[in-house]
Amino acid sequence: MDPSSSSSTIPLAVTGASKRFGQVHALDGASLDVGRGRLIGLLGPNGAGKTTLIRAIAGRIALDSGQIALFGRPLTPRDPRPELGVVPQELAIYPLLSARENLEVFGRLYGVSGRALADRVTWALDWSDLASRAGDPTKQFSGGMKRRLNIACSLLHRPAVLLLDEPTVGVDPQSRERIYEMLGSLREDGMAIVLTTHHLEEAQERCERVLIIDHGRIVASGSVPELIADTLGTSRTLTLTLAAPLPEMAEMPDGVTMTGDRRVLRAPTDGAHVDRDVARVAAVAARSGVAVRDVALTGASLQDVFISLTGRELRE
Amino acid sequence: MIGTIVRIGWLNLRRDRVAQALTFVLPILFFSIFATVFGNQRNPTRKVSVAVVDEDHSDYSRQIVAALQAEGGLSVETTVSKDAPEPLDRAHAEALVKGGTLPVAIVLPKGLADHAQLWSGSTGDRVAIQLLADVSDPVAPQMVQGLLQKVSFTAAPQMMASQGINLFEKYSGPLTSEQRERFDAWVHEPSASRGTAPAQSSGVSIGLPIDIVNVMQPAGTGNDSTISFYAAGLGVMFLLFSCSGNSGTLLDEQDAGTLGRLVGSRVGLNGVLTGKWIFLTLMGTLQLCVMFTWGALVFRLPLASHLPGFAIVTIFTAAAAAGFGLLLATLSRTRAQLSGLSTIVILTMSSVGGSMFPRFLMSDTMQRIGLVTFNAWALDGYLKVFWRQAPLVDLWPQIVVLAAMAAVFLAAARVFARKWEAA
Repeated sequence: MDPSSSSSTIPLAVTGASKRFGQVHALDGASLDVGRGRLIGLLGPNGAGKTTLIRAIAGRIALDSGQIALFGRPLTPRDPRPELGVVPQELAIYPLLSARENLEVFGRLYGVSGRALADRVTWALDWSDLASRAGDPTKQFSGGMKRRLNIACSLLHRPAVLLLDEPTVGVDPQSRERIYEMLGSLREDGMAIVLTTHHLEEAQERCERVLIIDHGRIVASGSVPELIADTLGTSRTLTLTLAAPLPEMAEMPDGVTMTGDRRVLRAPTDGAHVDRDVARVAAVAARSGVAVRDVALTGASLQDVFISLTGRELRE
Repeated sequence: MIGTIVRIGWLNLRRDRVAQALTFVLPILFFSIFATVFGNQRNPTRKVSVAVVDEDHSDYSRQIVAALQAEGGLSVETTVSKDAPEPLDRAHAEALVKGGTLPVAIVLPKGLADHAQLWSGSTGDRVAIQLLADVSDPVAPQMVQGLLQKVSFTAAPQMMASQGINLFEKYSGPLTSEQRERFDAWVHEPSASRGTAPAQSSGVSIGLPIDIVNVMQPAGTGNDSTISFYAAGLGVMFLLFSCSGNSGTLLDEQDAGTLGRLVGSRVGLNGVLTGKWIFLTLMGTLQLCVMFTWGALVFRLPLASHLPGFAIVTIFTAAAAAGFGLLLATLSRTRAQLSGLSTIVILTMSSVGGSMFPRFLMSDTMQRIGLVTFNAWALDGYLKVFWRQAPLVDLWPQIVVLAAMAAVFLAAARVFARKWEAA
């Protein structure tokens, strides 16, 4: 449960969502909730059920069982979802229409009209940094510009919850950075955001909570440090790089290992005893009269957690 | 909401020059080629159905009717229907021709036997046989006229001979008594032993006078009928192509993800299909208007004098074509699939339904088969407007069928489009 939300005001709550396509369990009791101003990353290998979950929340798929609720209001697929904005993985914009025309069209389709529509279009063009190209056909846009417009088209009706399916796929690092800046401004306004991504580093850096889905189930949920601690513990690896190889007769304390060229020493440690373990391993070098050139402390990554939980690389 | 869908279609069409060319330029090009090449085309021979009205009720007129019935190239009708023995009258026969049931009707007028002039120099009042003709069929009236000339001799050779002798005596002096006796004996011989007299002419014309009455276009507007056929035929065929092509935007939007956005919005799938259908109907109406206007400007097609009928048939034709295009698109899963499917279906429908070759020149069986196609009903509507000068109320069968087709196509498209809704 998201700590920022009380049960009555949770913008988005999914409980026990299940969906089968033939013999395949696309969703198998998946549950999640998202509070106001939260950015949640939904990770999973291909076919794990990410897009199915997004489509179910958007009303494009009818669940076999389970419930989806927006602000405590249970939904069927046919129920309107005015609080929801959905950004599909595809560039769902009209290439022959200009950025402004695309925004106007989708704004009208989502019930915005008149002065309000004009204001929202102006806001969206500024927000997505496309005001200077507002009149150009979008087929002339770069991938990053199209991605930004793709997101903006889903925001004209001021949704409180935003679902993004792979919002940064196929864009360069600068555009990716710009997109996360845009999402950050939405969070500051209190929008609840759920995104799927293949970029583990992005999820690790940008999302305050990460949900790992596999075989249609949420197998882990929490902040990245929490996930690492819960999955792999607090263990870290201490690495000392030496200026010269250790002599043959040098004694190795328990738990300390040495590489074949006798220049690197490694030892496990944890967050509570890093200083003690650094001193213990450094003493091995000091006793042999070999200087220490570098010290590194590495922890488990989200990728380690992911592989540990799913048994697969993310892109498999 | 629906207006927004229409606006999307319009903006896309406005920006897509290829679509504009396919929609407006290519049909005109094809139409111009066909109209130029086939504008004076005449059809091959076939058995002609003809109504015969005997107002004379003389032995001579009955002999002509019998001779016509014996002609292998004609299918003669003399009664109101096969079940009713009531003989045809002039009004009924004309109605049959105007309604397209028959291409020609022959009226043997009262006094024909008394005043028939097989030789142009004969004395007496001139009474002409009338041929009530549908000029939409350029062959039948000519064929019937020729056969009528033939039977006018073979049916009553003694009359032709008597009138010929009278004409001879008029210009060369009377026959001797011996010559007159021999001639009278020959005239009264049984016809079987006399044989048929060949029609010869040297300086004087022979045969019954025949007036051809164009019951479709009394004013005689020349070749307009053929031009309007090609305008309608090609217009409808390209209308189907453009509607199916534009309906393919559904598949493009499905691929791009915009369809999901549209369906997920307030407008929903029903609104999307309705909006697309309205846009396609408007586009199709515009396309046919452009086509017929071009025909009017360049080929003197009488559009201005047929505007109300043209407007009604065009709107319902475009509506049905729009529904058909949406049906093809919802049946397909990819653009390539739609392209292949529509090419095959539309060309087949167009050939059977009369877009490429007039149905009235096809066999009766083929004409009946053609009625299962969309093209046949649309073209019949245009034929009624431009050829048969039919009043608006007479268009109801075509309008009802086209409206029903539009409804059925749309309903079927809605069923097949369920794949784009929540699974």
